[in-house]
Amino acid sequence: MQLAWLALLPFLAALVQAALPNSARRSAAWLAGGTALAVLGLLLSQAPAVFSGAVLRWSTPWVPALGLDLGFRLDGLAWLFALLISAIGVLVLLYASYYLSPREPAARFFLFLLLFMGAMLGVVLADNLLLLVVFWELTSLSSFLLIAFWQKEPAARAGARMALLITGCGGLALLAGVLLLGHIVGSYSLDVVLASGAQIRAHPLYLPTLLLILLGCFSKSAQFPFHFWLPNAMTAPTPVSAYLHSATMVKAGVFLLARLYPALGDSSAWFWIVSSTGLATLLIGAYVALFKHDLKGLLAYSTISHLGLITLLLGLDQPLAVVAALFHILNHACFKAGLFMAAGIVDHETGTRDMRNLNQLGRYLPVTATLTMLACAAMAGVPLFNGFLSKEMFLAQTLQPGLPAPLRWGLPLAATLAAALSVAYSVRFVHDVFFNNPRSRPSPQLPHEPPWGMRAPVALLVLICVLVGLMPQMVGPLLASAAQASLFGGQPGQLPAYELAIWHGLNLPLGMSVLALLGGGLLYLFWHQRVDLHTLEQSPLLGRLNGQRGFERQLARLRSLAALLTRGLQNGSLQRYLLCFVLMALLAGAAPYLAQCSLTFSWRPGSPPGYVFSALWLIGLLCTLATLHAFRQRLLTLVLLGAVGLLLSLAFAYFSAPDLAMTQLSVEVVTTLLMMLSLHWLPKESRPERQRWRTGRDALIAILAGLGSAALVYAVLTQPFDSIARFYLENAPALGGGNNAVNVIIVDFRAYDTLGEIAVLGIAALIILALLRERGLPPLAAQLGGADNDRHPLMLSVAARLLLPLALLAALHFYLRGHNQPGGGFVAGLVLAIALLLQYVAQGRQWMAARSDGDLRPWIGWGLLLAGLTGVGSWLFAAPFLTSSYDYPRWPLFGHVPLTSAMAFDLGVLLTVTGATVVMLNAIVRLSASKESARWK
Amino acid sequence: MEMMLALAVGTLTGSGVYLMLRARVFDLIVGLTLLSYAVNLFLFLMGRARIGAAPILDGQRAANLAEYADPLPQALVLTAIVISFAMTALMLVLALRTRAETGSDHVDGEEPR
Repeated sequence: MQLAWLALLPFLAALVQAALPNSARRSAAWLAGGTALAVLGLLLSQAPAVFSGAVLRWSTPWVPALGLDLGFRLDGLAWLFALLISAIGVLVLLYASYYLSPREPAARFFLFLLLFMGAMLGVVLADNLLLLVVFWELTSLSSFLLIAFWQKEPAARAGARMALLITGCGGLALLAGVLLLGHIVGSYSLDVVLASGAQIRAHPLYLPTLLLILLGCFSKSAQFPFHFWLPNAMTAPTPVSAYLHSATMVKAGVFLLARLYPALGDSSAWFWIVSSTGLATLLIGAYVALFKHDLKGLLAYSTISHLGLITLLLGLDQPLAVVAALFHILNHACFKAGLFMAAGIVDHETGTRDMRNLNQLGRYLPVTATLTMLACAAMAGVPLFNGFLSKEMFLAQTLQPGLPAPLRWGLPLAATLAAALSVAYSVRFVHDVFFNNPRSRPSPQLPHEPPWGMRAPVALLVLICVLVGLMPQMVGPLLASAAQASLFGGQPGQLPAYELAIWHGLNLPLGMSVLALLGGGLLYLFWHQRVDLHTLEQSPLLGRLNGQRGFERQLARLRSLAALLTRGLQNGSLQRYLLCFVLMALLAGAAPYLAQCSLTFSWRPGSPPGYVFSALWLIGLLCTLATLHAFRQRLLTLVLLGAVGLLLSLAFAYFSAPDLAMTQLSVEVVTTLLMMLSLHWLPKESRPERQRWRTGRDALIAILAGLGSAALVYAVLTQPFDSIARFYLENAPALGGGNNAVNVIIVDFRAYDTLGEIAVLGIAALIILALLRERGLPPLAAQLGGADNDRHPLMLSVAARLLLPLALLAALHFYLRGHNQPGGGFVAGLVLAIALLLQYVAQGRQWMAARSDGDLRPWIGWGLLLAGLTGVGSWLFAAPFLTSSYDYPRWPLFGHVPLTSAMAFDLGVLLTVTGATVVMLNAIVRLSASKESARWK
Repeated sequence: MEMMLALAVGTLTGSGVYLMLRARVFDLIVGLTLLSYAVNLFLFLMGRARIGAAPILDGQRAANLAEYADPLPQALVLTAIVISFAMTALMLVLALRTRAETGSDHVDGEEPR
């Protein structure tokens, strides 16, 4: 359980941190620092167990179907990394609380740092590879947030984006690799994977797995050619660089290499890929670092180079090399974090990090200068410092007798050269900043020593560098347990013999070291005296070898491709979109038949059509085709359209669907009214199109669509038929208390659906109202033009008045009998609406306005409320929403009248339908009123 | 008769699609209306075209439920009819509004250049 606390504590603290205001700097800093200290304490309490070789575990099932447990595992390797994360975390937090200016949102900064700390601890402690990938991605995300902490600076945003893109893509590759690994092994558990190295290496998928996982590791650890994101990430605040980009996150990649060494290592593919990548990164990083003028840029390339060194060591596939790699991880984290902090101090105090503008700071910052020189000595590998020890081990490892021919002499040479370069840039760092370089310009502001909180972490780190350098035995147990875990992954195994000592006698590695120190000094002298480093814009030779440029070019290409696609598909023409839509629909309809299915027709003679049907069919067909011919004359089209609708409702009646026939008929009336009304405000004719080819193309599409749907209908109609109608027919009287199964389905079985639909109807009416509202706009009617000089024929006027009470009665009739006979709320509501609208047509708007304001908006609301409350009412009887009940009480005079709760629901439907319909038409009718008023004014 | 029904749906669909692809909003709305006729008829026909089947349960023919018309597609189509009315109304008003704002009844809100 302590293990879970260890991993999850930062996340819990981050939750609290998120609630803190940014002004609470002190409490935010204390909370973050306290959390890091607590993690460190927990970790130290586990030290005895871990050093004795135990592997601590804790887990709980999370997504068992995926083989994903929330589980943590602490062994020597994880302990080493967790120590780096928590200890350097404490120091960075202390440093950051003095580094941030009072204006900056401190709580947010600490929140991100805590998130990162939690994610990083998760990576090293996860005992399941999938979980590891999850935390891995979390580190990428939190590092994105941290790099872009100064959001207002474009460079910070660009750097953050680049880092996220590269490490994120690497993370995807890693995920794919891990999935393959899980496929090979059959489990994602780290214990199982680490124990089945032989099985993995023998598997045919070994190479792709290895490549994918290496892609993830290399991109995270800034290996060539993915290294360029790291220098760009230097736009982050310095504490972030010190923490993420030297000590922890960039080490995640090499951590994973060390972690999976028992599973993936020990093969020639591993040796060649990992060691050559490491070697290239080591040399390129060290070389480019020398020519960087930005302090943090120099340190970033130096970090790249040291990461390359570690990768190279891991790639050499030798147990001792792995020990050296782990030792160097520890040492590098100490001196590099210290150096970043020192660079931050310089930046903080002088306002610049450009070495061309820094000079003689040793005078003003004596303490910082001393500390920096000591750390640089460690970085350069000067004896008596920790960097010297691991570098000696590295140099010794390059002298393997078993290496292939060109490497046998090439590797030691390259290693010595890289060591010399690292000496050169270390010398440059110290000389350019703290001593007198006559070529430097003065710094923008006169520095003085920073507060103790910024110096203390550096001092502590330098102290560790020196102590380890003098007494390497003190890290002996730590290194041994980490190496044991990395080499054997929890399996029994014997560590190779090695000795942590300053003096190994006069041997070849020592000679190489001395050569590197001298050579590095001379190199710097040459560049400084002969060429003048300050005049170089970029590193000679390698300045053009730039992964960043290629990356940006590819990114730009991708962006222009996306823009091209977008422009091609979305040119702003709705006509085009509709065409795409129709084509896609056609394609989607045809796809199954093109792929495998086939339409089966049974060419049986079918039922012979009656004369009535044939006649109706012919008229309908002709009317439909006539609309195509006449659609430019809109009024004529409307008449034809009405005829088609009318014939459709006749067809419904003919095919035993009276409810449908009634609804279709009444909707047809309302629709025609509505379209006539709108036509008043629209051109009466369609202009012919300019592009003739469109007509032909659309006709082809239309014919295809028509043929397709006809074929589909024919195929369906000739198939044997089995329906679920029986269920509804059997249960309509028993459960719904009605004999009209259609109505029972609408108000009872599928009442939820109906509730949604009347809500849509009501919303549509309100949208129409809003669209035609004129407040704040010039009168719509004036813009639309058109004349309003209709006369209202007397006969119609009188007939309509007489019809009104009759229609009301008919609506009531339809509503009341709907449950057992054709009718129901929809039909009744439409009939009622038609009766009211007829008055507008027959009497005119003013006549209606004098008698009623025609505002049926409340009807929509009341109708929906009633329908909804009917549903809620069933809760009172502990039944689900919209359960209906019924009874047939005996009423005086009327006899048995069905009374169901669905009746109330149906009344709600009626009110909404009537309200919505009248509101819609009334909104359009009012347009002419506004025009008149405009005219009157 | 099956062939005739299929042709009816096909004609309605084809005409609807053709008019939907026209440039003027009103033509588009007419097309949509035709298309919704086609779709409603299509849905209805999924319960088969039955002539003279009983739509209302009257207790006398209850012994043979196969004699009744299929109520489910009817219920679906009934609400679909009302919803397509709402859609037509909304489109019409959008057309009005667009014309008031842009002075054009072209689908794209402006006359093609």
